[in-house]
Amino acid sequence: MLTILFDGIAYGMLLFVVACGLAVTLGLMNLVNLAHGAFAMAGGYITVVLVNRLGVPFLASLPLAFLLTAAIGVVLERTLYVHVYAKSHLEQVLFTIGLVFMSVAAVDYIMGSQQQFVRLPGYLQGQINVMGVGIGRYRLLIIAICGLLTIALQFALAGTRFGSRLRAAVDDERVARGLGINVNVVFAVTFAVGSGLAGLGGALGAEILGLDPTFPLKFMIYFLIVVTVGGTSSITGPFVASLLLGIADVAGKYYVPSLGAFVIYTVMIVVLIWRPQGLFSRAASR
Amino acid sequence: MALVLQTVDLQKRFGGIVATNDVSLSIEKGARHALIGPNGAGKTTVINLLTGVLRPTGGRILLEGEDITDLEAHKRVHLGIARTFQINQLFPDLTPLETIGLAVSERLGMGGQWWRLVGSKSAVVEQAVEVLDRFHLADVMHERTATLPYGKQRLVEIALAIACRPNVLLLDEPAAGVPEAERHDILAAVAALPKDVTVLLIEHDMDLVFSFADRISVLVNGELFVEGAPEDVARDPRVKAVYLGEEADA
Amino acid sequence: MMAAEESGDASRTLVAQANAALAARARWSPLEIAFWLAAAASIFLFPTKHLILTEIAILGLFALSLDLLLGYAGIVSLGHAAFFGFGAYAAGLLAKYHVVNEPVLALLASGIATMLLGFVTSFLVLRGSDLTRLMVTLGVALVLREIANRLEITGGADGLQGIVMDPILGRFSFDIYGHVAYVYSLIMLFALFLVARRIVNSPFGLSLRSLKGNPLRAAAIGIHVNGRLVAIYTIAAGYAGIAGALLTQTTQFASLSVLDFERSADVLLILIIGGTGYLYGGLIGAVLFKLMQDWLANLTPQYWQFWIGLILVIIVLVGRDRITRTTDPIRALVQRATDRVWSGVRGSG
Ligand SMILES: Nc1ncnc2c1ncn2[C@@H]1O[C@H](COP(=O)(O)OP(=O)(O)O)[C@@H](O)[C@H]1O
Ligand SMILES: [Mg+2]
Repeated sequence: MLTILFDGIAYGMLLFVVACGLAVTLGLMNLVNLAHGAFAMAGGYITVVLVNRLGVPFLASLPLAFLLTAAIGVVLERTLYVHVYAKSHLEQVLFTIGLVFMSVAAVDYIMGSQQQFVRLPGYLQGQINVMGVGIGRYRLLIIAICGLLTIALQFALAGTRFGSRLRAAVDDERVARGLGINVNVVFAVTFAVGSGLAGLGGALGAEILGLDPTFPLKFMIYFLIVVTVGGTSSITGPFVASLLLGIADVAGKYYVPSLGAFVIYTVMIVVLIWRPQGLFSRAASR
Repeated sequence: MALVLQTVDLQKRFGGIVATNDVSLSIEKGARHALIGPNGAGKTTVINLLTGVLRPTGGRILLEGEDITDLEAHKRVHLGIARTFQINQLFPDLTPLETIGLAVSERLGMGGQWWRLVGSKSAVVEQAVEVLDRFHLADVMHERTATLPYGKQRLVEIALAIACRPNVLLLDEPAAGVPEAERHDILAAVAALPKDVTVLLIEHDMDLVFSFADRISVLVNGELFVEGAPEDVARDPRVKAVYLGEEADA
Repeated sequence: MMAAEESGDASRTLVAQANAALAARARWSPLEIAFWLAAAASIFLFPTKHLILTEIAILGLFALSLDLLLGYAGIVSLGHAAFFGFGAYAAGLLAKYHVVNEPVLALLASGIATMLLGFVTSFLVLRGSDLTRLMVTLGVALVLREIANRLEITGGADGLQGIVMDPILGRFSFDIYGHVAYVYSLIMLFALFLVARRIVNSPFGLSLRSLKGNPLRAAAIGIHVNGRLVAIYTIAAGYAGIAGALLTQTTQFASLSVLDFERSADVLLILIIGGTGYLYGGLIGAVLFKLMQDWLANLTPQYWQFWIGLILVIIVLVGRDRITRTTDPIRALVQRATDRVWSGVRGSG
């Protein structure tokens, strides 16, 4: 029972690290990026290649996954995404579905369609026993890393100059430019960090979420649920939503496998209708 | 005289701001009523409340004694309330003929028919053309509305409300920003309305207001400040202080 | 009224002009007639290609349904496969359990059942932004797919097997070359196209275009915006359901893939390729899509999705309106040709 709770928390934290970039780009930059999962996939495959083929230690591969995915993010943002910021949501959806299709086919072509596994070092395998509860070491690592990231992120957005610049840039681009804020750089950095985090989440989660070329499609809806249920007005909303989703999904698969994802999807629709701004958003205007 | 439109303690809050604060208006049948006040006073908000674009946070709206506070916007149109918008609200991809035709066929209860071709009911086309002709829009009636010059678009805006043949017409700064020629068309059309049509006019041009209105309400900061016959309002020192003072600033 | 009497002639000319202009909208252009003649000719010209042509007709009908929503009412959907899939399963169940054996009747029954689903779910998309609508429609499709996956009666992940179709109208049996299937699908597509054409040229259709452009003003002239949206959503769902039912009937099989997200995405792409808001976009898009799929799959089997994705990206980056603008001169030419042909007909008649 507690093991399931623990697994659920680890799963939810992973979802959060991957999806928080989406929450930021959607909430602050008003960009619907259905291809967000592709960045997580990229991080996963980067780790697989680094660890399994090049023999890089697993822990060292994580920052590399972050940096490389962030680099991919910056390049795509500067070359492609900049052109769709001002377009309608429908066009952003079409554009990013296109990117998803391309990434799925490209990864399939390069890496093959089979599921990939990261070779974990021995000290991360197996369980440790804490007061009679079996806790996977790897999941403990996930929770530790994701927890730290969450705190860092909260601090970065609320307490630093970059955070306030980002908010200024989003509130009114013209005014922000007038204040001497380089909006392009702010957006690019934000996008890069968001995709980097997705990459890191993908790298950490390859083992738990399962990594194959259809990853962006399979998990797209999970990231969207996190963002819609959690709202985009803060980091805490998506965080709580991720944890709930993670726990509900793990527990649901364990206790009532016959229901499948039915309940989760239904909850998403209800939340969308009932509170389109998200369950945990303060801006429940009207 | 019978009251047509009445508001009782009407109130609208947007978060912290009170855009409409306990406004109680009484408008008589056939009245030429002007609603004036400085920018941001809440005049447009009152019209939005009357037409159902916004829901009030308090108070009631009565049309000929019937409570219409919770009625949907389109049903109020069917009851005879029509409006124009301060900023043009048109259908950019439709032609003026199609636009006016929509309002006419909706009024005649044919707007939802899905099996009949557009233009196959002569009554609709005739009435639409008549309105277009009256507003000197006949020569552009086949052009896309989006491509028309501003003055012509403004005429479509007004004509569209007139095409609803309202009992109560709410005009939100109809002549604002309109070239002199079209301005005359608009004023003539308003003047030519049947006497039993009730008109509520929001307007900044004081000459126009005093030549048009038989009753004036002054709104300041969402509150009904003064109400009365034009002579009384013109003489009221408080109005001069608040309203004309603002005007002098602007 | 008085003015009308004084200048009676002038105003009568104006009314006549207005009538003529409105009537011209609904008139068949030579290009349209050519399109359908070509479709009919394809029956005889490509007898070996009837299987893929059937797929094209079905996809075209599916995209036409989305055009009614997106192109005319401006409702975005990322889960239109919900209705396609529902219709597909409905037709499959009707045939498998011998509820309705005659295919045409079963097709209508499936369409009506899907309309009911469309009616019920339409209330979910009335409120909210485009983004909310995209997510809600996506969610509805996912829920349906999950249900079909779990239920006993739909066969779960194995799909609905063992469907045997009776002859159409008791006379025309489906053959393995797909000859009957193609003619059947094409006739259904044409019939439903005629209805759709009638709808979009009606006052109801015009009101849809108005509320797509400006729902605030539409309500302010007395149009029941939500009522119209519910109506068109229901109709479009029925169209999609019939498309799905046609797929089941012509392949005698229904699987979970009818409810896939990819299917919703594909139909959106098809419509975007062909262009929205003139009814032929979905049909032309379906032809292009299938040809492309065929060709690309031959070049790089299994990876053709890459190119589809690339096309989507390019379409958005170049700009949809810029693409349609390049076809404007052609449309103007067609319009002029139409007017000339019709005035010729009237002159001689
Ligand atoms: N939709 C809205 N949301 C928030 N505030 C609004 C909204 N509409 C109007 N307001 C506010 O209400 C006040 C009155 O506005 P308005 O009715 O447009 O004034 P007027 O028409 O007299 O110039 C203003 O302070 C305006 O900012
Ligand atoms: Mg105003």
